[in-house]
Amino acid sequence: MRQCIPVFAIALVLGACGESSNGPPAPAADASYAPKLQQQLLDAKPGDVIEIPAGRYAFDRSLTLRANGVTIRGAGMDKSVLSFKGQKAGAEGLLVNGDNFTIENLTIEDSKGDGLKISESKQITIRGVKVQWTGGPSTKNGAYGLYPVKTSNVLIEDCVAIAASDAGIYVGQSRDVIVRRSRAESNVAGIEIENTINADVYDNVATNNTGGILVFNMPALSQQGGQIRVFKNRIVANNTGNFGAKGTPVASVPAGSGMVINSNDDVEIFDNDIADNATANIIVSSVYSTGYKDSSMADGFDPYPERIYIYGNRLKGGGDSPDGLDLKALRVASMGLTGHFPDVLWDGYYNKNRTIDGQPASGPQICLEDVSGVINADGPNGYDNPNTDIGPFRCSLPKLPAIDLGRG
Amino acid sequence: MRRIAKPFALLAALLLGACAREPAPVRFFAEGMPAKLSEWSVLVSDGQRLGLNSGVQPYDLNTPLFSDYAHKLRTVWMPPGVSAKYDADNAFDFPVGTIISKTFYYPRPDDGGAADRVQRSDPAASSFTDGALDLRRTRLIETRLLVRRQDGWIALPYVWDADQRDATLTRIGALIPLQLVDAAGAAEEVAYQVPDQNQCASCHNTDNLARVLQPIGLKARHLNREFDYASGRADQLATLASAGYLTGLPPAQQRPRAADARDMGADLTARARAYLDINCGHCHSAKGAANTSGLFLDVAHEPGIHFGFCKQPVAAGKGTGNRLYDIKPGDAAGSVLLYRLESTDPAVMMPELGRSVAHREGAALIGQWIDAQQGDCNR
Repeated sequence: MRQCIPVFAIALVLGACGESSNGPPAPAADASYAPKLQQQLLDAKPGDVIEIPAGRYAFDRSLTLRANGVTIRGAGMDKSVLSFKGQKAGAEGLLVNGDNFTIENLTIEDSKGDGLKISESKQITIRGVKVQWTGGPSTKNGAYGLYPVKTSNVLIEDCVAIAASDAGIYVGQSRDVIVRRSRAESNVAGIEIENTINADVYDNVATNNTGGILVFNMPALSQQGGQIRVFKNRIVANNTGNFGAKGTPVASVPAGSGMVINSNDDVEIFDNDIADNATANIIVSSVYSTGYKDSSMADGFDPYPERIYIYGNRLKGGGDSPDGLDLKALRVASMGLTGHFPDVLWDGYYNKNRTIDGQPASGPQICLEDVSGVINADGPNGYDNPNTDIGPFRCSLPKLPAIDLGRG
Repeated sequence: MRRIAKPFALLAALLLGACAREPAPVRFFAEGMPAKLSEWSVLVSDGQRLGLNSGVQPYDLNTPLFSDYAHKLRTVWMPPGVSAKYDADNAFDFPVGTIISKTFYYPRPDDGGAADRVQRSDPAASSFTDGALDLRRTRLIETRLLVRRQDGWIALPYVWDADQRDATLTRIGALIPLQLVDAAGAAEEVAYQVPDQNQCASCHNTDNLARVLQPIGLKARHLNREFDYASGRADQLATLASAGYLTGLPPAQQRPRAADARDMGADLTARARAYLDINCGHCHSAKGAANTSGLFLDVAHEPGIHFGFCKQPVAAGKGTGNRLYDIKPGDAAGSVLLYRLESTDPAVMMPELGRSVAHREGAALIGQWIDAQQGDCNR
C-alpha cells in the first residue's frame, strides 16, 4: 500500500502539468535501503565513513545524524540519490548536529522541508552535493537546499542547488565560511549568506533564480553579519518570478535581482560577471525595503548597510524590466519609458546619525567603481525624489581579508 | 466506580500472586540495549492488563506534550538508596540507575473493530486505573525508556508487539498507520511516528551544543499536581519524596506550578504559556535546537519580540503560510505560530516531530490567546 503512494503522486503531478519530462524517467527508488542507512547513522562514531552505494533510495522519514567526526560519502553526485518524494515525517531530508562532518558526492531530492540542515556544529565540509526539487520552482518545495546554521569553519564546494522555495545554498548565523565552485539555479535565492561573519563566496554560478547571490542581515537573531567577500562569480539572468511564501525575507526580493546586499555591513563585491538581471544587477538595501518595521527589530539591530565596496566587476544588461509596481513606476519616472536602471540600485535608507570616530559620517560608505551608474530610489520618501548622482558613491574602502579555514 | 473496582483489582492481584510468578524486580542495565522491554521489568503485561512493577511510580504532567492524541502512562524508578535532587526550574538531577518510561497508548473505540482503529479523546485523560491499563480496551503503541547511566541518559524506543505482552526495541523508529476515530465515528488517518534514537535527541537534547539528553517533563512546574494512585489521590511531588525518590522538596507554596491547559477556569495566558512551554519550549529556548529562529517559547522568556510578538519569520519557508508575523497580537489568523500548529505538512508543522494530525484543542487555545493580545506590528 505504502509503495503505491509515490506512483500515485507522480501521476497527479504529470496530470496537472501535462508535460512530459526530459529523458528517460528516473528508476523507481529503492525503499529497502532506508533501514540500513538509518542504522548506520545511529551507530556512527568519530572516524566512521558511511558509504552510500550508487542507486536511488527512497525515504519516508527524515534522517538524523548526531555523532562527531562522521563522513557520509556517495558514489557520485548523480549516482547516489536519496529521494524523499512521498516523505511523511520530518522537517528536512538529513539533519546533522555534529562537528567535523563531511558529506560528499550524492544527491538529496524532493525533501518536504529543507534538504540538508546542519545546526550548531563546527568544521563542516559539503562537497559535490546536489539538492534539488525535481518538479522545478514551486512554493511547495522545501525552503533551503544546503542549510548550515549557527556553524563555524564551513566549506561548501562543487555543490548544486535547484528549485528551493527559499535559498538554494543558505548559510545562516555562521562564522568563517567558504562557498565556492557551486551552482544555484531556479531557487528564490540562489546563494544566501545571512547574519554570517567572515565569508568568501567565489567561483560560483547563480542563474535563473529570483535573486542570484544575497548577503542579508535579519533582526532578532543571534548575531549580525559582516566581513563578506563575493568575487569571481557569474550572476546571470536571475529573472525567475518570486515563488517564496509571503512573510519570508526572500519573498520581498524582486525577480531580476543579481547581487543583493541587505542591511549587511562590510561587504566587498569584485571581479564578478553580473549580467541581464532585469530589476538590477546589484541592489543595496535595508530591511525597511523588505517589509520590516521598527516593531519587528530587536534593540540594537542595525538596519542600514554600511561600508559596501563594489569594484572591478564586469556588468552587462539588466535593469530593463524591474519587478513590482513601485520599481516599474520608478524606472519610468527616473529613466524614461524605454530606459533601464543603471547597474546599482540603492533604496536610499541610511543612518543620518551615524558617526565615525566621533565625527558625523558623510553617508553609509557605499563605494562604487566600474559601474554604469547608480540610482538612489529614495525609498524613505516613497520613491518621490530618486536621483542618479554617483558623486556620493565615489569612495574606496580597505579591502577585507581572505577567509582562511586553516585546512592547508 | 473506582471504589467498586478496587476489590476486583485486589482479587486479581491475589490471583496473580497465587497462580503466576511474581515479576522479577526492576533491572537497570548499566550498558547494552536489551531487545525486549520486559527485560527491564518496569512494566508488567500479560496481554490483558498492563501494570507497574514494585517501586515504579506513575506520574502525570499538568500540561502534556501533544502526540497525535496518544495517551501516556509515565513512570519513574530508581535503585534503592538513591534519589533525585529537586530543582525549581530545570529537570531534576537524577541518579545513575534511574529509569523513566513513557508508554503511548490509545483507548479503543467502543465499537472495537480492527486494531488500527483508536479513539480520538482527550490525550491528557488517563485510562490508568487502580494501578493498571485494561489492555482489552487499549491499543499500546510504544514505550520509550530514558535511562540514566554513568555517562548520561540513553533513549530507547520499544514498539509493542501485536499481542501486547511485550515490546521490541526499534532503534530506527517506525511509522505506524492508525485510524483516529472520534465520538461521532468519523475517522482520520494518523501516520504515527515512533522516533528513531537520534530523533529522541531532537527534543531531549535541550542544549544543542552540550548534546546530552535530558528529561523534559520531570520538572517541578509540570509535576506539581495530584495523581490518582491505587491508594488514592495524592500530591505527586510529596509522594515521590516520601517514596524516597526526591530530596530537597520545598514547602508546597514555594513550588512552581504550570497551568493545566485544559482548565477553562485558569488564566488564559497561564494556560497558553504552559502549552507553549511543554510543546515548544524544549527546542524554542536559548539553548535548544530551534534557537536558530530567535523565537523562544519556554517559560524563561517573557512575551516580546523573541516570544514572537511582531517577529517576522526568518527561515520558515512555506511555513509562514503567507503570514507576516510569528504572533500578530489580536490576530491569530494572521500569525505564523497558529498556522504551524494547525498544519500537518511535515515541512510546515510545529513541533516538527511527534505528530501527524493537528491538536485541535491546543490550537484553539493558542488562537484564543493570540486574539486576546494587544499590540501593533505596523509601526
